[in-house]
Amino acid sequence: METIAHLSNTGVTLGGRPVLAGVDLTVIAGDCIGVAGPNGSGKTTLVRTLATLQSIESGAAKVLGVDVRDRGLSGVRRQIGLIGHQPSLIPELTLAENLEHLARLAGSGTDRVGNALEVVGLGGASDRRVEACSFGMRRRVEIAHILLVKPRLLLLDEAASGLDEAAGELVAAMLRSVRGRGGAAVMVSHDRAHLGAHCETIFQLESGRLVAAV
Amino acid sequence: MTFWKQALEIARVDMVVERRAGETLRIVLPFSVVALMVFPLALGLQLNIVSVVGIGVFWALGILFGMQVALRQSATDTAERRDLQALAGVDPAARFAGRVLSGGVLMAGFLGLMLLATAILFDPNVPRGGWPVLLVSTVLVAIGLTELGTLAGEVTTGLRARTPLASLIVAPLALPLVIGASQAVQALERDTSILPWVLLLIASDLALAVAGVALARPLEEATR
Repeated sequence: METIAHLSNTGVTLGGRPVLAGVDLTVIAGDCIGVAGPNGSGKTTLVRTLATLQSIESGAAKVLGVDVRDRGLSGVRRQIGLIGHQPSLIPELTLAENLEHLARLAGSGTDRVGNALEVVGLGGASDRRVEACSFGMRRRVEIAHILLVKPRLLLLDEAASGLDEAAGELVAAMLRSVRGRGGAAVMVSHDRAHLGAHCETIFQLESGRLVAAV
Repeated sequence: MTFWKQALEIARVDMVVERRAGETLRIVLPFSVVALMVFPLALGLQLNIVSVVGIGVFWALGILFGMQVALRQSATDTAERRDLQALAGVDPAARFAGRVLSGGVLMAGFLGLMLLATAILFDPNVPRGGWPVLLVSTVLVAIGLTELGTLAGEVTTGLRARTPLASLIVAPLALPLVIGASQAVQALERDTSILPWVLLLIASDLALAVAGVALARPLEEATR
């Protein structure tokens, strides 16, 4: 099976404080790995490291076969989908405009935007500005973005918090879709029960260390 | 996607956001015009003095409020949005170029309206042939100030005191722009060539453009 991401003794320091220390993690195609941990344990930093967005201090990290220390990461980054714990949409744009903007930046077409919004149940709100939308609606737009990107590595950082049951089902469908295409997913959350609903393997992150597999 | 397509897309969206948020037109511009009006009142309506200081006041307030335009909230990306742009494969240099394009248009419009307000409120002493030189200088200052502001914005990304800190960086570095612009008009009064001063403005704009493009990626990496 193809290795999607591999962290070996990876360490990250932020502001002089070690946030990740000696992390070993291998993500294989088809995996859905959950990482639980309390606030401040390094979950977001782990996600950003896997997204190639965080520079590492020590050890090694490879994502989709490319060392995260390399300069030419744009090709790999286009195959990564990330839903962070804070929505990242532009408030003054409409839902459709946000997705079209991201599609244009990535050099892909905008013709599937309407369909993606339909799938997440926002077809009738596509021309509503983000600033007039609830947190849950913004989350659904980010799920629609993932549907457009079709990533090989999907990273979810507390992505299900604040979602209703129907949106939770969308997250589950998104995970099935990524894994079905030969990709993999890593979910981090403080809510172990939520991870258990989606992931076969759950690790515990404490003070920057992956201490136990559950 | 090519560099310029990304830059144009970022500039286009910036303009849409600015049109809807109205930060420059509805907040910074009225406030700066009020500041312009205060000067003649503070000088006790001595019209001869008002006319003499008019252009100087325009440049001083133009730079001051121009920094607010360059560092406007609508041109500021959150960390999450920057991450999303990186994952979409956005070249940081293209983002700089896009921001300069949209900011340059806004800044030129802003300074143009400030100049118009100055002409009405101050009836400034401008030598013959001075207005076209002023207009050209205004456009060149607008470009340079936007480049400086965008660069300072990148340097201070994520910092709590971003706006005052960025202004602190921009103020001293804007001196060549202010000197070039003010001396171009002064040169007309002295009946000397304006070329060295216009060249100073052009060289400053080009140097800032090169610095912005070259530093965009290292600056982005430094914040990770």
